[in-house]
Amino acid sequence: MSIRTENIKYVYSEGTPFRTLALDDVNVTIDQGEFVGIIGHTGSGKSTLIQLLNGLELATEGIVEVDGTIVGKDKKKLKLIRQTVGLVFQYPEYQLFEETVAKDVAFGPMNLALSQKEIDFRVKEALELVGFNYKKIKDASPFEISGGQKRRVAIAGVLAMKPDYLILDEPTAGLDPAGRNEIFHQIKKLHESSNFTVVLVSHSMEDIAKLVDRVIVLSKGKIHMQGSPKEIYLQAEELEKISLGIPQIASIVRELRKRGFNIRQDILTIEEAKTEILKEVRRRNV
Amino acid sequence: MFKNLTIGQHYPVDSPIHNLDPRLKIIMTFIFIISLFLIESFTGFLFVVAFLTVTITISKVPVKFVIKGLRPILFIILITFIINLLMTPGRVIFTLGFIKITEEGLRQAGFMAIRLTLLIMGTSLLTLTTSPIILTDGIESLLKPFKRFGLPAHELAMMMTIALRFIPTLMEETEKIMKAQKSRGADFESGNIISRAKNLVPLLVPLFISAFRRADELAMAMEARCYRGGENRTRMRQMKILKGDYVAAFVFAVYFAAIIVFKIW
Ligand SMILES: Nc1ncnc2c1ncn2[C@@H]1O[C@H](COP(=O)(O)OP(=O)(O)OP(=O)(O)O)[C@@H](O)[C@H]1O
Ligand SMILES: [Mg+2]
Repeated sequence: MSIRTENIKYVYSEGTPFRTLALDDVNVTIDQGEFVGIIGHTGSGKSTLIQLLNGLELATEGIVEVDGTIVGKDKKKLKLIRQTVGLVFQYPEYQLFEETVAKDVAFGPMNLALSQKEIDFRVKEALELVGFNYKKIKDASPFEISGGQKRRVAIAGVLAMKPDYLILDEPTAGLDPAGRNEIFHQIKKLHESSNFTVVLVSHSMEDIAKLVDRVIVLSKGKIHMQGSPKEIYLQAEELEKISLGIPQIASIVRELRKRGFNIRQDILTIEEAKTEILKEVRRRNV
Repeated sequence: MFKNLTIGQHYPVDSPIHNLDPRLKIIMTFIFIISLFLIESFTGFLFVVAFLTVTITISKVPVKFVIKGLRPILFIILITFIINLLMTPGRVIFTLGFIKITEEGLRQAGFMAIRLTLLIMGTSLLTLTTSPIILTDGIESLLKPFKRFGLPAHELAMMMTIALRFIPTLMEETEKIMKAQKSRGADFESGNIISRAKNLVPLLVPLFISAFRRADELAMAMEARCYRGGENRTRMRQMKILKGDYVAAFVFAVYFAAIIVFKIW
């Protein structure tokens, strides 16, 4: 069970002066149970790639395969694929339209033609999964809650379809640090407790570093490199070449090492760094 | 869905037609439309087609692009054709039940379809070769004389500029929201008319909300930069009549004269 792409290319506005090759020969595999991060600077093709993964756009060339089914024009298959691969768009709060939060979350399951009982159950479950108190939020208007809450409602709207894969496009764009942490915390919990396969798109290494098992780095529509966060950070120069930074803590460690600190190179969290630096300081004092 | 919409779209290349003064282009387009209604023979239309072909070639806009602009109004052309075909009295050449087709009707319908086709092609050439901003500058300048009679020329032009500016934005937005709802299982393509209309709600509500939000933000941003209408406003781009404009005007005058001559003969 996996999502797989084979040499996909995607071209926008073919045959006009605006022609853009947004994806060029991309091969990725996302296995069930993984937590994958896709990063790349703006315009590198991240949003395009994930839209191909659930059949919203069809590849100009190449193959996309979801759990063994090739994504094509067949409507029935497409519907199934869109249910299997849940996609949360950039700024998903702009898709809200119902009078109440509960009704809005129910929109997805309703389209699956489920029984009313099942729909209600899923709505409650989804809203609780993103950290809401169901009773309190269900009758609120989706236009009168805060930005971060709207975002979580939109995510619940996708979760209510019970996808096997959850893809989120910059889920924290435009949120304050508190809202960001809240969303990341919920996503992490989703992955750990419900065993969702999660794909997280971002242009910030900082955000992704602590969460994901594997990072795919896109640049100009091509896969620049991929590997575990630690492997990726070791190539800081390479990342800077494609206008991506490394997390602050990783660059502090790098600078310290340059100045003769004998500490481990592959540090991602502040906690790790603290332990390492303290160890080194003690060693020096001896 | 919107990938084929070319009406009102600008095709940005550098060509003699693109560089013409917008006022001249607007006036010529108007006269071109009038000329279409003066013609009453197939040779006449052939002449227009030749003229249009040459103009399109000079403009460097692919013919394919100009023709694509016809697609959204194909339906209107068809309806006009059918109405003209069935409603024109004259010498009957074909009957089927209550349907009577006359020779005059066939002729009339054919002419009308050709006229509409050429009309759309001509006007899309105007928008294809003129960026919306320059186009509205031209319109504003042409409307200026009517200011004396209370016509708010600048405000009208500004409204048009804004409307034109937001067409692509709104289309992009529509596409985005459609995709978002599609990933929640929405279906915009199948079902009968009623269910299709109902399915549009999840698209239209967010679209309207975002359009209003945008309008609000834009008004705010304009006010923050002290916008207060046309009084004493100067422009960054001054419109100047150049040599190319004289040439184009002359060529076009010859074209129109030829049409008049056709007509009188
Ligand atoms: N609807 C579209 N029409 C034409 N070109 C597009 C369209 N959407 C994206 N592009 C182009 O395709 C390329 C990749 O865009 P994409 O949106 O996938 O980038 P991204 O990595 O998601 O960027 P961001 O971080 O800004 O969201 C860009 O060069 C962009 O200009
Ligand atoms: Mg994007």
